[in-house]
Amino acid sequence: METTMNIREFKNISMIKGPLVIVQGVNDAAYNELVQVEMSDGERRRGIVVDSYLGSSVVQVFEGTSGVSPTGTTVRFLGRGLEVKISDEMLGRIFNPLGDPLDNGPPIISGEKTDINGGPINPSMREYPEEFIQTGISAIDGMNPLLRGQKLPIFSGSGLPSNTLAAQIAKQATVIGEESNFAVVFGAIGVRYDDAMFFRKFFEETGAINRVAMFVSLANEPPMMKILTPRTTLSLAEYLAFEKDMHVLAILLDMTNYCESLREISASKEEIPGRGGYPGYMYTDLATIYERAGKVKGKKGSITQMPILTMPNDDMTHPIPDLTGYITEGQIVLDRSLYNKGIYPPINVLMSLSRLGKDGIGEGKTRDDHKDLQNQLFAAYARAVDTRGLAAIIGEDSLSDVDKKYLLFGEAFERKFVTQGVNENRSIERTLDIGWDIVSILPESELTNIKQSLIKKYLPAYRGKQ
Amino acid sequence: MPTKGRILRVNGPLVVAEGMKASQMFEVVEVGDLGLIGEITRIEGDRAYIQVYEDTSGIKPGEPVLGTGAPLSAELGPGLLGQIVDGLERPLGRIAEISESPFIQRGVKVPSLDRQKKWHFVPKVKKGDKVYPGDILGTVQETQLIEHRIIVPPNVQGTLKEVASEGEYTVEENIGIVNMNGDEVPVSMIQKWPARIPRPFKEKLEPSEPLLTGVRVLDTIFPLAKGGTAAIPGPFGAGKTVTLQSLAKWSSAKIVIYVGCGERGNELTDELRAFPTLKDPWTGRPLLERTILVANTSNMPVAARETSIYMGVTIGEYFRDQGYDVLVVADSTTRWAEALRDLGGRMEEMPAEEGFPSYLPSRLAEYYERAGKVRTLGNLDRFGSVTLASAVSPPGGDFTEPVTSNTLRFVKVFWPLDVSLAHARHFPAVNWLQGFSAYTDLVSKWWDQNVNPQWKEIRESMVKTLIREDELKQIVRLVGPESLSERDKLVLEVARLIKEAFLKQNAFDDIDAFSSPQKQYRIMKLIDFYNKFATNLVEKGMPVKKISEGITVVTDIIKSKAIIKNDELNKYDELENTLKSQFEQLEKKVI
Repeated sequence: METTMNIREFKNISMIKGPLVIVQGVNDAAYNELVQVEMSDGERRRGIVVDSYLGSSVVQVFEGTSGVSPTGTTVRFLGRGLEVKISDEMLGRIFNPLGDPLDNGPPIISGEKTDINGGPINPSMREYPEEFIQTGISAIDGMNPLLRGQKLPIFSGSGLPSNTLAAQIAKQATVIGEESNFAVVFGAIGVRYDDAMFFRKFFEETGAINRVAMFVSLANEPPMMKILTPRTTLSLAEYLAFEKDMHVLAILLDMTNYCESLREISASKEEIPGRGGYPGYMYTDLATIYERAGKVKGKKGSITQMPILTMPNDDMTHPIPDLTGYITEGQIVLDRSLYNKGIYPPINVLMSLSRLGKDGIGEGKTRDDHKDLQNQLFAAYARAVDTRGLAAIIGEDSLSDVDKKYLLFGEAFERKFVTQGVNENRSIERTLDIGWDIVSILPESELTNIKQSLIKKYLPAYRGKQ
Repeated sequence: MPTKGRILRVNGPLVVAEGMKASQMFEVVEVGDLGLIGEITRIEGDRAYIQVYEDTSGIKPGEPVLGTGAPLSAELGPGLLGQIVDGLERPLGRIAEISESPFIQRGVKVPSLDRQKKWHFVPKVKKGDKVYPGDILGTVQETQLIEHRIIVPPNVQGTLKEVASEGEYTVEENIGIVNMNGDEVPVSMIQKWPARIPRPFKEKLEPSEPLLTGVRVLDTIFPLAKGGTAAIPGPFGAGKTVTLQSLAKWSSAKIVIYVGCGERGNELTDELRAFPTLKDPWTGRPLLERTILVANTSNMPVAARETSIYMGVTIGEYFRDQGYDVLVVADSTTRWAEALRDLGGRMEEMPAEEGFPSYLPSRLAEYYERAGKVRTLGNLDRFGSVTLASAVSPPGGDFTEPVTSNTLRFVKVFWPLDVSLAHARHFPAVNWLQGFSAYTDLVSKWWDQNVNPQWKEIRESMVKTLIREDELKQIVRLVGPESLSERDKLVLEVARLIKEAFLKQNAFDDIDAFSSPQKQYRIMKLIDFYNKFATNLVEKGMPVKKISEGITVVTDIIKSKAIIKNDELNKYDELENTLKSQFEQLEKKVI
């Protein structure tokens, strides 16, 4: 917020409802101005102006209104917007979304005061992502590649190993042939304490903790704290990427908690609900978070965003995954049936998608056969899944010979290509070689997506014969 | 005298101001000390409700509101092509220069058209000529591809008192003076038009020529016509944006306006990056020479998202009035409708279905009604068209939701994207059973005259095969493929060929991305040959299995779409000959 004004104090509270406090007598409260609410016992809470009238103002209190009384409470309008001090000293530390330390360390003194809402990146200033990030996970690298500056969420279900996968990606992700200036910012939104500690411990064990900053709001904190968490997290990400030339991986866990909080606050403001009771502006609101990723011209750093969300009842059409998918550049979908088969990572490659992947793979980037092989694996696995459905009805014996081969292929794809160890870091060459091994199960005439020259070069039957 | 009021209330993008009695509906105002741009959407007494196009953080009650006296207008003239502008038609490149930041700053005021740049104007009229709205005063070669025709604005007519001679002029310099009933009206190369009002024309005509896209399933199965309307609904990941980008890249329109309305920032960057190097297949010139991008990404202020599609279509109509075929692509109208809902909600309007305002259908109708092939105003008989193709993003892929279902009432072409096809990586994932086009008969004449009279017949046979395949598949699901008669098995085989060789198309393959109408026909002809020969053999008692084993060229036919270029179609003769001889070989075995 550019305007700076003096601090004004008021004591006349006319209504308290949910997280909202209505203050009378104020004529010049700026929209989104930061407010301090001081209770009679001296406790101070923070809030912002969400609706400003000539003569009154609606203030939303971050920490909730329980214990706030119309008498004895002082409301101070602070004359500035919600700003958090952001600094590279935050790496290696843990904070709440208002920038207060949670790790018994000293507060950040020399930070840059930053409006955590950020601003929209000018589309003409964006630089298109083109650098392939090797995550070491075949189902991602081979099938749905992640690029530097992309926003690619993980759609999970309750109980599925999304945390393990995110941690594995954070540990393994590299850009081939580059020693990079790398950082992870981690926004834990309304998570359980043990989830936050899982990551903390993981980063400590892998020695990466000094490159990681965490912002945490726990499950039992007021909804507004959860709304702020991703915003503060991404403010640090932007600072590190665009001021300090770092390549930042931003992980947001769990966006479902964020959306629940958004709904809770919307309901308390008596807004007209949209689908599933979520506010109609949820798409726009989520966009102001997810779009804070990418690369911009003239800056060396980048933000790659990996939000994680839990699909309620594993339903991908639920408003939260649905609206997310409309904003992000693809999605990695975890599948309970694969998980139940004992497959890790249980990535459903057919439902997953990387919109930008195509621009970071192929000759000179990964390998010349990557695109064709990827297309072929997709087409063949889709047919295998289809055939599996047919076999379940009419029995495997009634299938044609080719269809039986597809069944074998499908098994091999899941067991050899998708399946890998929690600590297994596969190079892209290894991933593609496994891909060739399994397509060779099919008759060569079925490989309609691959150019003849590549078949001759890579198919095991020809390898070494040239 | 412009009005000057003061702010009473700030609630997100909605600002209420008093002292606004002299203002008018849809007038553009400058809000607060920062001078943020807004538009009046309701007047009550001396209070005006203003929808502000920029973030209102920090704005306070008591700050001033200034009227501009004019409605939200598009600035039209040379200098738009190749630009990327926001929903208020501000060039984003200039905003970046002024902001000196990768982020968009608020309150930046930039003219839409460059005021300094000089254009080479060639007059086409002389002093003393009588001119009417739409008449061509002169031309400017704006890009190598597009001759910008400077036309008399719709509200000016009279005798030319003066005309500029050929030379270099900025858009603001006078290039003529018109004596209009005694008043001297100066005319420059720039004109303004209120974005929410359609530009006038002489008459609307029935679309007849196809708007070719190079995408086979669109051109042949569900063709779009110049001046027509099309909608592409689909859940996320089904390929809406890629399909629209294919349209923007390869369509046979002369001018393409791409409205990125509430979508992803990186997608627009993709186009900005690709369009200067990609060549228009119809002219061989860089695509950027014919393209204008209107960008209001999902994280940019929601109110400007609402205006972006009107800006896009107004610029489109302006080029139509010069006699060009224009395609306006909007991605996505659902985000636009959501902006309406958001603003309606803040104005405390009574919501209708799913919270959308009750005027959603009429707004959609107004928008789609701006499409059409027209005889333009002006002395020379000129024809131009505006074609509208829009993405719809139904929540959860549910086509019964209000935006999709209302859009369907107003469009003539429906390209529904199917998520199960997309998951099987069948792209473009247009569902051939649900889609429709009301232009098939209108454009078949064009195919008849320009490509081959057989197009219509083969097309119909292909569609029939696909419908029959769907029925048969349901039987197969119950009893297995072996129980089908040989003739039905052949239907499945031919349908597979149609899907693999014709419908599937790789938008990212250099050769396959664009199929000329002639190439489309050559593939269709091969499929037709296969169907006829194979039917003949099946009738003679040969099992389908034997045919598919004997006709090995099928693999080459499927691959041909990505191998044979549009300018070497004679290679199809070879495939055709191989196909014939392989069938002849087989036929011998029957006897």
